[in-house]
Amino acid sequence: MEQAHLTRWLAVALLATGLGIFAPRTAAAAQHETAADLLDGERAFKNTCANCHGPDGDVIPGIDLGRGRFRRPMTEEDLVRIIRTGIPNTPMPASQMTVEQAQKIVAYLRNRAAGVRSSVVAGDPLRGKTAFERTTTSGGCTSCHRVGSSGSRVGPDLTDVGSRRSAVEIERALLDPAAEVAPANRSYRVVLKNGTTVTGRLLGHDTFSVQLLDSREQLRSFAKSDLRELGFVATPMPSYRATMTPQEIADVVSYLSSLRGQ
Amino acid sequence: MRRALRLLVVLALVAPLQAQVTFDRILHGDREPQNWLSYSGTLMNQRFSPLTQITTANVKNLQQQWVWQAKSLEKFEATPLVVDGIMYTVQAPNDVVALDAVTGRVFWTFAYAPAPEGRPCCGKVNRGVAILDDTLYMGTIDAHLIAIDAKSGKALWNTTVAKASDRYSITSSPTIVKDKVIIGIGGGDGPIRGHISAFDAKTGKEVWRFYTIPGPGEPGNETWSGDSWKTGGVGVWNAGAYDPETNLVFFGTGNPAPDWDGRNRLGDNLYSDSVVALDADTGRLKWHYQFTPHDELDYDSTQVPLLADIQWPVGTASSRSGQEMRARKVMLWANRNGVMYVLDRATGEFLKGKPFVKTNWLDGFDAKGRPHQVKFPSPEGTLVHPHVHGGINWAPPAFSPRTGWFYVASWENSGIVAVTGQFPRTASANTQQTAMGQTNLVPFYNDSTEPFGVVRAYDPKTLEQVWEFKMSDITWGGTLATAGDVVFSGGREGYFLALDAKTGALLWKASVGGQVNAGAMSYAVNGKQYVAIAAGNALFAYALP
Repeated sequence: MEQAHLTRWLAVALLATGLGIFAPRTAAAAQHETAADLLDGERAFKNTCANCHGPDGDVIPGIDLGRGRFRRPMTEEDLVRIIRTGIPNTPMPASQMTVEQAQKIVAYLRNRAAGVRSSVVAGDPLRGKTAFERTTTSGGCTSCHRVGSSGSRVGPDLTDVGSRRSAVEIERALLDPAAEVAPANRSYRVVLKNGTTVTGRLLGHDTFSVQLLDSREQLRSFAKSDLRELGFVATPMPSYRATMTPQEIADVVSYLSSLRGQ
Repeated sequence: MRRALRLLVVLALVAPLQAQVTFDRILHGDREPQNWLSYSGTLMNQRFSPLTQITTANVKNLQQQWVWQAKSLEKFEATPLVVDGIMYTVQAPNDVVALDAVTGRVFWTFAYAPAPEGRPCCGKVNRGVAILDDTLYMGTIDAHLIAIDAKSGKALWNTTVAKASDRYSITSSPTIVKDKVIIGIGGGDGPIRGHISAFDAKTGKEVWRFYTIPGPGEPGNETWSGDSWKTGGVGVWNAGAYDPETNLVFFGTGNPAPDWDGRNRLGDNLYSDSVVALDADTGRLKWHYQFTPHDELDYDSTQVPLLADIQWPVGTASSRSGQEMRARKVMLWANRNGVMYVLDRATGEFLKGKPFVKTNWLDGFDAKGRPHQVKFPSPEGTLVHPHVHGGINWAPPAFSPRTGWFYVASWENSGIVAVTGQFPRTASANTQQTAMGQTNLVPFYNDSTEPFGVVRAYDPKTLEQVWEFKMSDITWGGTLATAGDVVFSGGREGYFLALDAKTGALLWKASVGGQVNAGAMSYAVNGKQYVAIAAGNALFAYALP
């Protein structure tokens, strides 16, 4: 990868995924990181931090450095300070690092939060937003998903998906949506004795009844005795591996990674 | 007309589709009797269901359809809403639950943990949600207003109305007018300055605020001595009413603070214990009527305003010409102070006032309706009727356009010994009767000389009692009237009752195992009429087999 291309990729990925994690970020830091900086940061992380935090940064409960999750909100300045001075009365020790060295670790962590993805192109969150909201022959993303106050409630709400899922996980959901579906998001289908089929998101069921949010966003309750057939069905979400270009996938991942809730 | 209405109901119920609840639907809630779109059914607060399936003839056959148990030991004061087969209610203090109105099974729960400083005086309760479009609105005991997606149960916005740490709280159901959510603030037994605020339903931004205690330079501020206006209480903790003809929204206001000691807040203490009529777009005061000037007996006037169009004698009170009658748009009010009122709702004119329970703090009114107060707290104690809990407290009353009568559940024969500057002593030998809050049934010892609960029907033209149904124990329950000429009510004994709206005869009862602390409501799904009531810690639904 050309150096300029990598730098641009990093800048966009950081912009897309770092919001809310490492914010506020200094503009200067974002502009001057190079791939070499990130490699330095990775080396330092693995030599020093990973001993306690683990290779993925997620060993200590409540902290997931690879996804930018901390026990309380952190700015980049906070992280640099903590890497250098430690946290008193905790196992987190002070280090001999310079500000510059600590900044490289923070840059590496920020980059990890963006994820190591199969796509090697830079994602543009604005283009991704347009692609996400575009109506397609299959209805487009918003025919099932909701962001803020627009889109459907039938699929998982993505308003804060960027704070719950890494870029890698989001990309996987686009390319191979059936690979992992959270229990609360599984699709359910009932077939009434008169042949009517209703699919939707399962909200609850018991020995005698089923509650769904159906594909028309109606809250529906059925007596099981009125049903001919019922059960989970495959996710209606298609794979976009063949229908979107790597560039479009990267754009949508960048956009979704930027969603941090309202 | 009735056939047309029935046809409408049937058509609407064949395939209930959950459409957006526009303000037009709320305003004309009576056009879709299968639904219950605001706290007391419509914005007139008549708590009247036009459904006719359950009648005086068949109500004896009612059967329990389902029970939903709240995960809460607080009093269950909420009236549920029903929109196209989906029921929304509040599990105290502030969890919103969406239920299938046919089975009582849960679709979703919105769980909210109020800040620990949210501690209302009288229980961590809530009286229900409001709905507009696809959004539910709930006030919280830590004085927030929260918008919740009615389909998914997700919060859309959360606005801080006032600081819970300053003893503000919200327990009432919000009132929707056009594109605004209007809500009052509680906490008026403490040193707050009460207000009513309107919020943009889409954004949660405050649009206007009306302080129930006027500030310096505003008319009415002179009715508070010294700086007492700053901390004079006057909370607003029940739903309002709305009249589209005048674009006025009406709210009842609470007691002045400190409750029992008026020595440092000399004057009438406007607008405490009043009804205020505000322009719904701007919050400007159009008129007010004060039920209890300079209150030292905690006679909150936070009952829901009930609007009705009735026949009324022509002319003023002093120059009425015979029996000639004409339609008049009035407001009916059974007040905590033991007096029942008829006011002109366009102007606030006092048309009539009359005690509806044993009352001795006044002996009449002047021409403008100001009460002539005769009993005041004294150092040695003064026996005052009614009790601090009132002839009625906050429970919602009902009005039937079919009978033209006003249905009120109240406490009779209750009194206090009011001692200057002190919490009043009970006038009853049995202090159990003053206990607030318990939702389990308690042993009952009163004899016939002690306070009792009673459901009564009144003719608003004369404020004369038409019939009554007496209970042994007192009641915190409301009343519901239906087009089947049944009045539903209940009390602390833990019975849910069906009475004949014309005679007061008991037609049916169900033992609900906990006290009734709410008003009942009625709805229909797939052509079947239900009646729902909260009692104890559970919500019950009844229908014909």
